[in-house]
Amino acid sequence: MLKPTLLAALLCAAPAFAETVNGLRTPDEFSSIENEAERSVALFEEMMVVIEHPRCLNCHPVDNSPRQGMDMEMHQPPVVRGPADFGAVGMRCNTCHGTENIEYASGEGSIPGHQPWQLAPLETGWIGKSAAEICAQLKDPERNGHRTLEELHEHNAEDGLVGWGWHPGKGREPAPGSQEVFGELTRAWIETGAACPTG
Amino acid sequence: MTTFELNGKEVTVDVPEDMPLLWVLRDELRLTGTKFGCGVAQCGACTVFLNGMTRRACVTPVSMAEGGFVTTIEGLDSAESRAVQAAWTRLDVPQCGWCQSGQVMSATALLREIRDPSDEDIDQAMAGNICRCATYVRIRKAIHDAADTLEG
Amino acid sequence: MTRLSRRAFVASSAGLVIGLTLPLKSRAQSGAAAALQSGATDGSTFAPNAFVRVAPDDSVTVLIKHIEFGQGPFTGLATLVAEEMDADWSQMRAEHAPANTELYKNLAFGMQGTGGSTAMANSWTQMRKAGAAARAMLVAAAAQEWGVPESEITVAKGRISHPSGRESGFGALAEKAAQLTPPEEPALKSPAEFRLIGTDLPKLDTPAKTDGTAQFTMDVYREGMQTVVVAHPPKFGATLAGFDDAKAREMPGVTAVHEIPQGVAVYARSTHAALMGREALSIDWDDSGAETRSTEEIFADYAEAAQEGGRDAEMIGDGAAGIDGSDQVIEAEFRFPYLAHAPLEPLDGVLEWTEEGAEIWLGSQFPSFDKPTIAKGLGLSPETITLNVMLAGGSFGRRAQDTAHFANELAAIAKAGGPGAYKLLWTREDDLHGGYYRPLTIHKMRAGLDADGRITGWEDIVVNQSIMAGGPMAGMMKDDMDPTAYEGATKMPYDFGNARTGWVSRQSPVPVLWWRSVGHTHTGYATEVFLDMLLEAQGKDPVQGRLDLIRADAPRDRAVLEKVAEMAGWDGTKVKGDKAYGVALHESFETYVAQIAEVSQENGLPRVHRVWCAVDCGIAVNPNVIRAQMEGGIGFGLGAVLFDEITLAEGGQVEQDNFDTYRMLRISEMPEVMVEIIASDADPTGVGEPGLPPIGPAVANAWRALTGQTVTRLPFTRATGA
Repeated sequence: MLKPTLLAALLCAAPAFAETVNGLRTPDEFSSIENEAERSVALFEEMMVVIEHPRCLNCHPVDNSPRQGMDMEMHQPPVVRGPADFGAVGMRCNTCHGTENIEYASGEGSIPGHQPWQLAPLETGWIGKSAAEICAQLKDPERNGHRTLEELHEHNAEDGLVGWGWHPGKGREPAPGSQEVFGELTRAWIETGAACPTG
Repeated sequence: MTTFELNGKEVTVDVPEDMPLLWVLRDELRLTGTKFGCGVAQCGACTVFLNGMTRRACVTPVSMAEGGFVTTIEGLDSAESRAVQAAWTRLDVPQCGWCQSGQVMSATALLREIRDPSDEDIDQAMAGNICRCATYVRIRKAIHDAADTLEG
Repeated sequence: MTRLSRRAFVASSAGLVIGLTLPLKSRAQSGAAAALQSGATDGSTFAPNAFVRVAPDDSVTVLIKHIEFGQGPFTGLATLVAEEMDADWSQMRAEHAPANTELYKNLAFGMQGTGGSTAMANSWTQMRKAGAAARAMLVAAAAQEWGVPESEITVAKGRISHPSGRESGFGALAEKAAQLTPPEEPALKSPAEFRLIGTDLPKLDTPAKTDGTAQFTMDVYREGMQTVVVAHPPKFGATLAGFDDAKAREMPGVTAVHEIPQGVAVYARSTHAALMGREALSIDWDDSGAETRSTEEIFADYAEAAQEGGRDAEMIGDGAAGIDGSDQVIEAEFRFPYLAHAPLEPLDGVLEWTEEGAEIWLGSQFPSFDKPTIAKGLGLSPETITLNVMLAGGSFGRRAQDTAHFANELAAIAKAGGPGAYKLLWTREDDLHGGYYRPLTIHKMRAGLDADGRITGWEDIVVNQSIMAGGPMAGMMKDDMDPTAYEGATKMPYDFGNARTGWVSRQSPVPVLWWRSVGHTHTGYATEVFLDMLLEAQGKDPVQGRLDLIRADAPRDRAVLEKVAEMAGWDGTKVKGDKAYGVALHESFETYVAQIAEVSQENGLPRVHRVWCAVDCGIAVNPNVIRAQMEGGIGFGLGAVLFDEITLAEGGQVEQDNFDTYRMLRISEMPEVMVEIIASDADPTGVGEPGLPPIGPAVANAWRALTGQTVTRLPFTRATGA
């Protein structure tokens, strides 16, 4: 469940007046940066607010185990990526995860779910990487899921599993902003030349 | 009303659609071999097959089973399950027994796909099944034994 | 091979009343008590005693006075009877004896109950006599039937025979045998004559636990039964201030909401509805009498209390004074958290209350406490109550409730609901939040070494909360000393010359209970890790150093240590490559266990690859069960030292909810276990608990050799930050 303040921010998020939506700045917030490359970098750094959030990072590990929770602890029970990023024989992701979030009948919270529910491919892993590294990775089809920048925008703006990050179910903090704003940021970043931070 | 195939027979239940399959099986259909241990998909005592794949019944709204087929420990009947249960008996795997339906379900699922599993395959497939009595030494050996009998 | 499905129970119990037909249904529901309370015979029944029943189909059913939740009493006690009857194992059955203190008391306790790894020890003679008496009566019956002297009759594998060629099974002679007077002191076999004892007989409860047919409490469903869950206070000692149940009552399937002394109970037609109803409650709690300290505050209090030194639990020589003036003084403070038992079948019970009385289905570990508690709660006389002891999905001490708190709650929900059938269910969260933990404990340890490196004195001050004080078993305490608080820190096998064990008793509203191996859970760790530190300071080998200290009158301790060193090929090298080896020795419940653990480092935590375990539990009734209990005790203990603690946050609320935050050992974390059993002709002792205490210190000692880090605060995840 959203905190009341966050909910209020969302409700007031009429784009023309928006400064931030649920902790994420909209692209027009960056219009004062005149240098296009600098603006692009700033836009990417704002995208990082989403990318670095555990809701996104937990399923983009650089090893074979998803993480969970805001502390990004190892997944319990222990699970592995498996050959199709969908778990091991006898213990595939859908042994527990369903097609939607399901509240526990006993106990607090919910088990997350979506169709499909699986790990991001190994080459698209982010955990432990800097903004510059992730940025370069996102532009590299070998390490972004074989996507053009246009397809990357579509992924960020419309993919259902990405969108789950903002609707993660009871007991889980959603990613900042909304998928719509994340998509807008991605679009603006691409249009400004998809520049990357240095360092 | 939810209708699905249970252990080869069609059943229809009139329960709220968010009722977990675990409690439908136990409270409504009185198939008590499927156990409750945690309610949050951590222990695996409630493992069943849903459409042929392992599934934790405690986090499965019965609506998910609509039109599908469910197999419980009571309905297991395959070369793999027979080999697993025979090995379980031969090695006297169970102690308290509460988790063992789930263990047998997961082990059967493993052998169905991997005829001669490695220790790593076993670790991964059985990772979600807690045995509080820690009968793991025997679970591992029984799976290897069952694999041997299937091959032989 | 026998199967213990409900159907099999019914079928076998129907036949036991020879020549007398009882309807299956009423027989199954009334428990065994009615047929057995005469103890002998009504002229047509062959129940030579309260433990053995012979059916016309030759099956022999043994009534097991100890609850079966995995430690093997069904198999072990049936073996004793079968041995003396010269029965064939295939004809043996086991079922729980009903609640009846007079007939089924634990001879070690004087009440009907299971615990302290006493099942085999207290039944050893009793059950063999029960079997021998049955055999003697069958032989006498055969002699009469055939007109031959008893001395010419032999019995083997369930067949009674005479050289003339006459032969019979047990069943055909049962009716005649039933008319005879049981012998008072039947002759027992000598160990050399044992045929079944000492062999790996298949466990009687295995098949039903492999195909899902085994019946546990939660599997009992009664006509019109309501399922009940209770909202308990979120802090220990808090009380109900007020509640609003309007929403809960509107939930589909919810039938009632009642205030009970334990909290607010929600009644429903299904488990799911009951849980939804409880979610919908709005409750105010009064924390004025609650434990509001955090775990850290409690530890701070205990650490300060340790300075008092406590009362003497044991004084040897000059005690702690021996340390004074030593060349070198070594000190360590060990901290042990609260631990939940977390049996995989959470606490549950079924109660059916009718005009005639009440029938209960319960994984009752202390029937002598549970039954009268329910009688009192319902205002019924105990004679109108039947308590069926059910298979239970683990206990590890959790069901051994001296306060009968769960039976009390079961009676309370029935009392509030009125006559009818109820199933009371605790969820995993109820279980982990619900207290009755292994007591949080501090060991403040100190020892001196003289100039030659010899130990001059040893002191262990134990600080924790008494399990027995204030409860019905307080009578077992002497001078207000609770031995379960420090057992294992006393009566050690080592000769330190001067030694003192002190105990400081603290109090808290957090209820505590015996957790598999009880005091030994922490004393084994503290003493064996601290001793390892001393041996290292002395420059001594962990195995030889211990052997040098073991008293001459402790040969069994010595033997298991020597055996385990031999098994592991111990050569004094503590670290080999990336692996280290740690040793520990600990006796508990008169069973002697030594273990060596092979440990490497993985993700900042010990990775235990192999454990060698030598055990001396007297005569090994069923070696396979003993090995299984060593394996299980090692896994159970390893999970706890690596991962587990129940902590109270600031304000006093429990921080762990379920197995994601209170981790159980998983199969990938289970070491290989090699067990050897010392050959012995001593009377058998228990194995349910003694496998546990050595594993923690063995791993910690290996870890220290590997990393230099002494883990003095458990679990390892906290100590290592991993």
